[in-house]
Amino acid sequence: MKASQSSYAYTPGLKIKRFMIVRKERKLPIPGKVLVKEGDAVSFDTVVARTFVPGDPYILKVARELGIEPEDLKFYLLKNKGDRVEEGEVIARYRTLFGLINRECRSPTTGVIEDVSTTTGRMIVRGDPKPVEVKAYISGKVTEVIPEEGVIVETRGAFVQGIFGVGGETNGEIKVLVDSSSDILEADMIDEDCKGKILIGGSLITKEALLKAIEFGARGIVVGGIKDTDLMDVVGYEIGVAITGHEEIGLTLIITEGFGKMAMSRKAFNIFKEFEGYKAAMNGATQIRAGVIRPEVVIPHTKEIAESELVELEEGIRPGTLVRIIREPYFGKIGRVINLPIELQVIETESEVRVAEVELEDGRRVIVSRANIEIIEE
Amino acid sequence: MPKIPLDQMKFILATDVGSTTTKARFFKKTENGWRYVISGEAPTTVEKPYEDVTLGVRNAVREVEELTGHKLLAPGGKGILMPSRSNEGVDLYVTTSSAGGGLQMMVAGLIRSMTAESAERAALGAGAIVMDVIAIDDGREIYQKIERIRHLRPDMVLLAGGTDGGNLKDVVEMAEILKAAQPKPRFGISYKLPIVYAGNRDARNHIKELLGEVFALTIVDNLRPTLEEENTEPARRSIHELFMEHVMAHAPGYDKLMKWTDVPIMPTPAGEGMMMQLIAKVFNCNVLGVGLGGATTNIYSIYDGKFVRSVSANLGMSYSICNVMKEAGIENIMRWLPFEKSEDDIRNRLRNKMIRPTTIPQTLEELMIEHAVAREAIRLGFEHHKTLARPLRGARRKGTLWEGAEISDVFALEEVYGTYIKMINVKIIAGTGGLLSHAPRRVQSMLVLTDGFRPEGVTRMFQDSVFMMPHLGVLSTVHSQAAWEIFDKDCLVRLGTIIAPKGTGKPGEKVLDFKIEMPDGATIKDSINFGEMKRIELPEKVEADAFLDPTSHFDLGEGPGKVVEAKVYGGVVGIVIDARGRPLNLPEDDKERRKKLLEWFEALNAYPKEFLDKIREEWL
Repeated sequence: MKASQSSYAYTPGLKIKRFMIVRKERKLPIPGKVLVKEGDAVSFDTVVARTFVPGDPYILKVARELGIEPEDLKFYLLKNKGDRVEEGEVIARYRTLFGLINRECRSPTTGVIEDVSTTTGRMIVRGDPKPVEVKAYISGKVTEVIPEEGVIVETRGAFVQGIFGVGGETNGEIKVLVDSSSDILEADMIDEDCKGKILIGGSLITKEALLKAIEFGARGIVVGGIKDTDLMDVVGYEIGVAITGHEEIGLTLIITEGFGKMAMSRKAFNIFKEFEGYKAAMNGATQIRAGVIRPEVVIPHTKEIAESELVELEEGIRPGTLVRIIREPYFGKIGRVINLPIELQVIETESEVRVAEVELEDGRRVIVSRANIEIIEE
Repeated sequence: MPKIPLDQMKFILATDVGSTTTKARFFKKTENGWRYVISGEAPTTVEKPYEDVTLGVRNAVREVEELTGHKLLAPGGKGILMPSRSNEGVDLYVTTSSAGGGLQMMVAGLIRSMTAESAERAALGAGAIVMDVIAIDDGREIYQKIERIRHLRPDMVLLAGGTDGGNLKDVVEMAEILKAAQPKPRFGISYKLPIVYAGNRDARNHIKELLGEVFALTIVDNLRPTLEEENTEPARRSIHELFMEHVMAHAPGYDKLMKWTDVPIMPTPAGEGMMMQLIAKVFNCNVLGVGLGGATTNIYSIYDGKFVRSVSANLGMSYSICNVMKEAGIENIMRWLPFEKSEDDIRNRLRNKMIRPTTIPQTLEELMIEHAVAREAIRLGFEHHKTLARPLRGARRKGTLWEGAEISDVFALEEVYGTYIKMINVKIIAGTGGLLSHAPRRVQSMLVLTDGFRPEGVTRMFQDSVFMMPHLGVLSTVHSQAAWEIFDKDCLVRLGTIIAPKGTGKPGEKVLDFKIEMPDGATIKDSINFGEMKRIELPEKVEADAFLDPTSHFDLGEGPGKVVEAKVYGGVVGIVIDARGRPLNLPEDDKERRKKLLEWFEALNAYPKEFLDKIREEWL
């Protein structure tokens, strides 16, 4: 056994910071034009780069529509490969018997004839390119321009990662709806004042509250937990694989702790309390695999910061580290690491694993697998 | 190719760059042949902020260095030290990779059950994850197909269609759809997406004209030259070459890694598949295998010499655990639990495993829940596999119901087109993957494999000791002797033999009289009734003679009620006699079902007795 393994365990926790420098890379999916310069101040919705993606293609069965053989198509074309066409414009015509039989094929879109095939008798009309824009997402300053691709925007502010989310990027003013991190967010707490806001709850959001928030036009919700079946009912389907961010339920939802009723970490809750009324950006996109993406809330601010907030926490579990247990038994409990034994220990399942001895908040001392704890930043 | 002659090699290093972890395995030639020495593991570094896969490889290899004192890394990040000298360097370095989601392909053909299915088999056989299969009769309108293709970002496309000299128009139409959709590659925004064309050779010029400019087009022999013939090898080879040239070359750090290795990098499942084929070759029988991972479930069959691999990309034990719940239905997971829990509780537990996939079960309850999911993942993966492991559709076969059968004769078609895998003819089942390797008692993996695959007759069961089948798979391409020696001695755990009569009966009805003659001369004579399981100790590498006399409703391969004499092979579990019947049906009544599960777990000594007693007290 290596010495480093015996006294030190790497278990990344979620980032919860009252202050940090947040840098966001904002890139186009294909090359395009960057619309801002280095040093520019940008807001959440500033468009920083734009490009055009090829328009929608339409495959037209022209030979069949005209009632001709594919190889004869060339005799009846009014427009050829590369020609520009308008929506509804006739692009091929078959006329015979002095006009008694007159069959036409019209373009379903404005665009360009991309291909004509005398093998299949079909034509491809490509619609006009469509613009794709990338917004700044957070307010801050452009610190770097990546030519033809995008920019890096930097801000100073608070940063809270959640464990799972649905829905994409949005922004709004922070509004805290509960008194404590263990309170349940109920439907009667939601009113018209929630419109356009990011709502903060405690340990759980009920299905009724979630539906009411959507109805009243809230932009986002951050809460400790949700029941799996409630989420499924609102999303409309069961989420199979943990790649999210594209759901369209009317708002973005982030859970910070897990599924079921689970009090939001006090540190995160306190940050939201402190910055109530501030405008924040949030993104529910989650991907749990290599290169884990967790959902996040960014609250740009210029408040005073303490010296200690600038110190980066060492990412390691040591005796004294505050941790949360993230698997049964003791799931969700918070405690302090007392001891990290070198030897492997046999747990209830009979597996031999590396463990940690943790003193829970109620004073109990328990042994848990090191794989089942995560650091909580103090 | 290797620079050192095979017979002069002393040390070999193999790595697998997985989606989350890079795993190094170090091998050494000893007086007793090639042996596994030690493992090193480190997080994969394909994504930000590292974006250089060789960092993870170096970290994993460094762990091997630290544990063995054998220096392996060349100074200055220049790869692996070669050749070996006393306590430094290796003579061969090979690697597999599934990082960044492995090789992801889109497949297109004409008829879903004919050329498109052949193309799917070719892509899967090459180690790819098939993102979608586009076919003329896939039930989607042209605009829906285009929309779907535009959304996918595959690493590569395989286009098939038409027999040689046959349908031309439809395959060109399919190419037009591809051209119109213009799918973009996953890595890099500026390079051309590779397309392999393996369809009607008469359409090649049209395909070149249509796709040659926009895509990196490769043309190979038709994978379905006639309806009676499937030739996936040229397409498979081309996919492997393109995987290296295009996909790997654009993935972060692979340009470096490709220079470090002695042989081309192989997709992880392709390596796994090679070992499954080796098992079939060495033991000369039909084999079923499973790679039960965190994200995917790969099923392999080598049946009457035909190799088929299927990958269920979203069935897995961590990252994809909730998709197993979705596909199987929560009730099918809960039926394997001997205790009562609310559906909400199980759902939330599985969701919490999904969002924190590196956690491990600490309680026996949690362990049983994961084992329940594993059974369903294998069952579903195998169901999927069976839709690919079937005779070529469209082929006319003499002596089958096809001749003279009307096309509308559904029953005839079922008979002709169902899977060709008959469980009674499968003689070995092998498993690999974290859940199986980490099961605290090996009998738990044997039971999971049994309930997932439902073997019939007499079947041997194997499993991977520590995950190294992919490593040995790629090694076998250059040094088959070393690969086999390590596989045989250090990788392949013989679990034992399962004896499972086919047929059903009433609870308590006699199923089988059996006599097992042990090598020491002792004889075990017993019988078993319907709904029971029994376990008989028989150590690894020990054989016994079994005389199996089933009652008239039960079949062990020779027909109902016919005596079977067979060699049974021992293992860490031994012999398991499974008289629960095939098809395997669990009792409908919850209490009865829980009672039976507890009985079986106890008979097999699958979980600690005190725990089973506690459940019995609480729930029965």
